[in-house]
Amino acid sequence: MSGGANARPRATGALRALALAAVLAWSAAPAVWQALTALKPDAQITRTPTVYLPSPPTWRHVQALWDRKPFGRYLANSAAIAAAATLLCVSLAALAATAIARLPGRGREGTLLALLVVSLFPPILLLFPLYEGVRALGWVNHPLALVLPFAALNLPLAVWVLEGALRALPAELDEAGRLDGLSALGRLRRVHLPLALPALATTAILVFIFCWNEFMLSLTFMTRDAAKTVTAGIASVSGASLHEIPWGQLSAAIVIATLPLVALVLLFERRIVSGLTRGALKG
Amino acid sequence: MSMVELRGEEITKDFADGARALDRVSFVARPGRVLTLLGPSGCGKSTLLRIVAGLERATSGRLRLGDEPFDDVPAGRRGVGFVFQNYALYPHLTVEGNLSLALEAGRVPRGEIRRRVAETAEWLGLGGLLGRRPGQLSGGQQQRVALGRALVRRPRLYLLDEPLSNLDALLREGMRAELKALFARVGATVIYVTHDQTEAMSLSDDLIVLRAGRVLQCAGPLEVHRRPADVFVATFVGSPRMSVWRGRRDGDVLACRGVQVPVPRGLGGNGELCVGIRPEDVEVATSPLEGGWPGELEVVEPLGSQVLLTLRVGGERVRALAAPAERPAASWVRWPGGSLHWFEAESGRRLEPDGPTVEVIR
Amino acid sequence: MSGAGLTRERTLLLFPALLLLALVVAVPILRVVQLGFHRVELDGGIALHWAGLEPYARLWQDGRWWGALRNTAVFTGASVALELVLGVAVALLLHERFRGRGLARALVMVPWALPTAIMALAWAWIFNDAFGVLNDLLGRLGLVRGPVAWLGGPGTAMLALVVADVWKTTPFVALIVLAGLQGIPEPVLEAARVDGLSAAQRFRRVLLPLLGPSLLVAVAFRAVQAYGAFDLPYVMTGGGPGGATETVSLYAYRNYFRYLDFGYGSAVAVQGALLAALLAAALMGLAGRRGRVRA
Repeated sequence: MSGGANARPRATGALRALALAAVLAWSAAPAVWQALTALKPDAQITRTPTVYLPSPPTWRHVQALWDRKPFGRYLANSAAIAAAATLLCVSLAALAATAIARLPGRGREGTLLALLVVSLFPPILLLFPLYEGVRALGWVNHPLALVLPFAALNLPLAVWVLEGALRALPAELDEAGRLDGLSALGRLRRVHLPLALPALATTAILVFIFCWNEFMLSLTFMTRDAAKTVTAGIASVSGASLHEIPWGQLSAAIVIATLPLVALVLLFERRIVSGLTRGALKG
Repeated sequence: MSMVELRGEEITKDFADGARALDRVSFVARPGRVLTLLGPSGCGKSTLLRIVAGLERATSGRLRLGDEPFDDVPAGRRGVGFVFQNYALYPHLTVEGNLSLALEAGRVPRGEIRRRVAETAEWLGLGGLLGRRPGQLSGGQQQRVALGRALVRRPRLYLLDEPLSNLDALLREGMRAELKALFARVGATVIYVTHDQTEAMSLSDDLIVLRAGRVLQCAGPLEVHRRPADVFVATFVGSPRMSVWRGRRDGDVLACRGVQVPVPRGLGGNGELCVGIRPEDVEVATSPLEGGWPGELEVVEPLGSQVLLTLRVGGERVRALAAPAERPAASWVRWPGGSLHWFEAESGRRLEPDGPTVEVIR
Repeated sequence: MSGAGLTRERTLLLFPALLLLALVVAVPILRVVQLGFHRVELDGGIALHWAGLEPYARLWQDGRWWGALRNTAVFTGASVALELVLGVAVALLLHERFRGRGLARALVMVPWALPTAIMALAWAWIFNDAFGVLNDLLGRLGLVRGPVAWLGGPGTAMLALVVADVWKTTPFVALIVLAGLQGIPEPVLEAARVDGLSAAQRFRRVLLPLLGPSLLVAVAFRAVQAYGAFDLPYVMTGGGPGGATETVSLYAYRNYFRYLDFGYGSAVAVQGALLAALLAAALMGLAGRRGRVRA
């Protein structure tokens, strides 16, 4: 079970490769199936026995998406809200993390623990009072109704990751900056920020993913079609019976809605992994 | 515990990135003796040890234990006790657990396990620590537990990978003596890896000096010290370090920087040569010495029981040991011609005044 | 920033984050607890009538609540158990260095990054009785005699939910275990190898005990998350058939937005949260005790 691959017989190597292939296939299968469905002509979608490969593939469903529902709006809303919430969240988290990183042991641990506890609350607990608040402020169908809660709910994770990264920065660098005559702001700009940039990027990616994927609040606070995010927009189709759903279009919608995330993960896999594990290991 | 010897024949190890860690290394670990692999970091000594343990596989070459080929035996079945540089104790087990895990896994009867653990603990002075965990032990204690873990299995072969390098100087000295006594007591066959030449000198029965994956010399420690086969070995072994001058041979003198050294008759080798002298062989004085050289005292390093002087002779420097004095002074140096060591500058090989150069492998 | 401790500068830095959390988390929690003690009627606006513990007593008698609790427990238990086993397996596979490991890790991560609600639809399509690919595959492999109405039967619908959840969150568990694995010094495992322990023995006696703490952390996180699951049951089964997959979150949601029983819905939510907190505390406590043993 150790890394001495040189001394291991070849049989287990083949077994591992097989297992790995199985895992990868399992991970990719549902998404791949959706993509295939999205490209099949209607008749082939509902054919039994199942037609596996579209022949010929058709773009009709993808096109129809834009006719039927304001799908483009959904995507834009998701992007805008997620981006805004990420910006707000990471900014606040960065400030907070800077402060927490220099607290004495017990204060720091206590604060982080409190944040952890906050993150464990089932969201359903907060839903109705937030809804009341949103209504009272007249923010139903307004992006702010989602931006603020999203930023808040992702704060614990963001603070965990950033605080860990900040603590890892050697204190000597700050001292060297002071001795070199830099002010606090100067040190922030020239020493801390550049070094913390990778962690900020990681945090931003993680928060963006969580915001994009959120469903419960989006479903509840956005009732008008034009205001919906892509998760609420697509999934709200499920209200009707599953047999009446145009699966071709739906599949196309699913694929397009999830494509950005797949891209994010494939591009930033290393960052995401390190950010998550750092956050989780502390627990 | 059977008394067989372990042989390595032409062991070569190439890594995936093309780096060659070991180049046709051959060695013999004789029963009941301590073989030390000595060399600077990166010379391949740890790699060789790991190949013997079965943690890595050689690219080519063979291992033999007595008559049986050893290469295909899996690591767990080689009957080898390995002591890691960082001890690698099981952090989740107590000292007792650490000592007994291998025996439990090997289905040794409980009574026997208890007996052996108690015995080993007593030998190594671990009695009161059996209930503690590695995290609660000091470096020296952890090291002893690591030793004990190997001892308790009564292996045929002990492999130690720089076991003392993480201890502070004082502890290291003490442990060295303890190890030597332990090896003698157990009658163990040991392969010991280190970069510390003092350890190598004091612990070995047989010594192999490695550099960049190649064997430079294989002999007893005294022999390596007295007749280093290579200029690198000469400067690596022996403390304080040998002073080495490099120059061009001109007939029967070696022309170094600003000074000429007579070359002994019958010395082979032309072109660039190196000559070395150990500080303990250098005689210093404040009045002229016959057959010596004038020197300018540059650095004085009090070593406690002795003083290490660095003098400038011509354009070269030489180190000498002298008795401690209030204000050490020296202006002349001299050494017996026989205590000079001669080497070819290009290859580093030792040259002898009369006869062929020293064989690298016996 | 010189010295340690809470200075004015630092308090200022913490303030915006704390304010946001207070507004979005603290205040709503107080409000929902308050609502849970009241009978709420729609009277122009919202009218609160004090009901004390009556809603909770009603909860105790509510068969549908117990059903939701049972469903949640089954869902959480099955999901987390499966994720644990699969997560460890995947982590072990990804732990060794091999060519293309980064890409493999990225692919394994993809399910975790996709929106649960959206993939729930995808899974509903896979499990579709008439046109779903699963039934087709099973039929072709001869494993079933006729199409299985996955989402139409109580047991099978729960199974489908669990499968979808395991698919989504195994990567997360695998990640945590992977990080834990990387924290185990390689020489310790080598020592076990040279000591003669077989692979199985190394796994059981060295790897697993050392992984213990991170495993417990993963379990604690996942258990609480699974407990609060909403997206998956809502979209994939709607809580059906006949409430067989209705979780606590879903039941609270229904009370809020279908029956407009805001007070009772709040009681459901609060009670659910309390139980989740108990679960988390128990698991964290276990993790703490085991974690300390590592000295």
